[in-house]
Amino acid sequence: MHTSIKNRSAHHQDITEQFPVKQIIDGEGNLVEDTYRNEITVENTRKFYRQMLCMRTFDQKAINLQRQGRIGTYPGFKGQEAAQVGSAMALREDDWMFPTYRDHAASITFGGSYAILSSWKGRVEGNRPPEGRNIVPPSVPIATQLPLATGAAMASKYRQSSQAVIAYFGDGATSEGDFHEGMNFASVFRAPVVFFNQNNRYAISVPVWKQMNSETIAQKALAYGMPGARVDGNDVFAVYHETLKALERARSGDGPTLIEAVTWRYGAHTTADDPTKYRDNEEENKKHILNDPLSRLEAFMKAEGYWDVQWAEDIKKEIKAEIDEAVKEMETMPEPDVNDIYDHMFDSATWPIEEQKKAYMEYLKGGSEK
Amino acid sequence: MTTVKTNSMTPVQAINDGLRTMLHEREEMVVLGEDVGINGGVFRATDGLQESFGEDRVFDTPLSESGIIGTSIGMAMNGMLPVAEIQFFGFVYPAYEQVMTHATRMRYRSMGAFTVPMVIRAPYGAGVRAPEIHSDSMEALFTHMPGIKVVCPSNAYDAKGLLISAIEDPDPVLFLEPLKLYRAYKDEVPEGKYEVEIGKGELLREGEDVTLIAWGAMVPVIKKAAQLAEEKGIGCDVIDLRTLSPIDKDIISESVQKTNRCVIVHEAQTTGGLGNDIISIINDTSFLYLKSPIERVTGADVHVPFWALEEHFLPTPERTMHAIQKVMDF
Repeated sequence: MHTSIKNRSAHHQDITEQFPVKQIIDGEGNLVEDTYRNEITVENTRKFYRQMLCMRTFDQKAINLQRQGRIGTYPGFKGQEAAQVGSAMALREDDWMFPTYRDHAASITFGGSYAILSSWKGRVEGNRPPEGRNIVPPSVPIATQLPLATGAAMASKYRQSSQAVIAYFGDGATSEGDFHEGMNFASVFRAPVVFFNQNNRYAISVPVWKQMNSETIAQKALAYGMPGARVDGNDVFAVYHETLKALERARSGDGPTLIEAVTWRYGAHTTADDPTKYRDNEEENKKHILNDPLSRLEAFMKAEGYWDVQWAEDIKKEIKAEIDEAVKEMETMPEPDVNDIYDHMFDSATWPIEEQKKAYMEYLKGGSEK
Repeated sequence: MTTVKTNSMTPVQAINDGLRTMLHEREEMVVLGEDVGINGGVFRATDGLQESFGEDRVFDTPLSESGIIGTSIGMAMNGMLPVAEIQFFGFVYPAYEQVMTHATRMRYRSMGAFTVPMVIRAPYGAGVRAPEIHSDSMEALFTHMPGIKVVCPSNAYDAKGLLISAIEDPDPVLFLEPLKLYRAYKDEVPEGKYEVEIGKGELLREGEDVTLIAWGAMVPVIKKAAQLAEEKGIGCDVIDLRTLSPIDKDIISESVQKTNRCVIVHEAQTTGGLGNDIISIINDTSFLYLKSPIERVTGADVHVPFWALEEHFLPTPERTMHAIQKVMDF
């Protein structure tokens, strides 16, 4: 079925040349693009490294919690830290974020709160953003958040606000109609939105080359008359600067941008999934470990003299304490309030909800349902 | 006492007037959809609005139902009041996912941090010789959906008043416009802003023997059936439900407890239709008052036929009269 895709045509090569994978720091930690040299200071580098390490530690902790039965099914993101942290760091506080269920690193980095963790314990409170942060509850269906993000951006433009919007989605989402509809509307209305794709090569078991017959995701921007950029999603600086550029473009009234961050997720789709059925995990992970977002930054920092052993030990301890605290907070939350089932459906409850709530509460108290 | 000036209008003119009134009233409101701009809507519901309010307020979108509803949700979340048109209700299916997975859930899943004050307008119903799919009455797909209100006016006064209430409502509202009644007759419609409360039905006619319940394009059918019944000496309470979710429970139970009999008429298919919920309400509130089983006159569980046969699908006053006779004779 897919032989034609494997025989890459000249057209595919042209596209790859048109959309090169932009890098600032390569897989071995070498600075390969010096446009932003002045901004890659010891302070900035440490800030990015610390946040990525923090997110990796969080992710591993969440997987452990799931294995211990302390939270439910959890979708990990190990390997995608640079894509999520780099893009989220580029946002302004009043911007809007439309994440998916796998973008915890993005929302934690942007919102500064670990509350989202409790959503994997089945707590609706986990979806409530920190005060003053427009972090929309993660989208569970695929690609449906893209028209929403475009709409929020259209509103921002209509209200002459300088807020920009970022929407996250994976490679599989590009096959959905809503990917097209969101991009097309954004393009037609020049909405200030950044479509941030994390191409982690697999939509559960389906590899990207079975997902689409185009060489890149970035090239899809051509069809919508918007800029498309392909970045090394494991290079936090490339991600950060490309996202910043796209956000500035959005704010200045030049409309949407599509960014494809080429990355790799080491682990399973979720803790309920077994990737050994469809990929040689160890072999493939070995290949990608060379491009790991953390180890390449560590190599760069060491080469630059930015690495400090004591600092590294200190942040590890700080991060552990921070995440332990977040877990403690989740596990010491008061029991969920049954009223929360009923009380957030409408601004004021309709009579069926009121009656159903009353009947259930009476039942709980041991009274009659009627 | 001040006299409110009224104008004689068809339902579609009243909808236009309602949109115009609210575009003046709320600067964050926008009207969007396919052909709503320069063309003024394929039924002229948005006629002249773009001319008056500009392309920022009233705009054509790409041909894309999911896009229209999805972007409206995003706009509503970010401080606007979008009124989105789906050109025919039968075209709502591509947008269904957006309504179900985002519009209706956003308040609940963010615990009120984000809300979706939007209106979806859609002409619905058979009997106008439209092509396939255009004539569907799938309101039950939406009344079954938590987190959205569904309204359906049957006359010009209610059309404007309910539309204004829907726009003012802080939650998503589906506003169904009976295609067949768009230009069927004129009513006196007040100028300016007024509201018809969502969730309240209207008793259009009083009688002692049978309660007739319908909404939208079936209201004229039950009104006519009540006349036929009267000729036979049977008095009917005629209820226009006006809101399909949440239903006005009180108007139904009060009437049935008086008449002890009920006939429900809807053009949507029988199984899973809203008539069943009305029966449940009667069961819950008025079971011991009933003198006969409740009758339904509805579309069959088939697709709305190609128009050469659609009259055989739609309830008529005669079929309704047949059901009235049945509950009387029980």
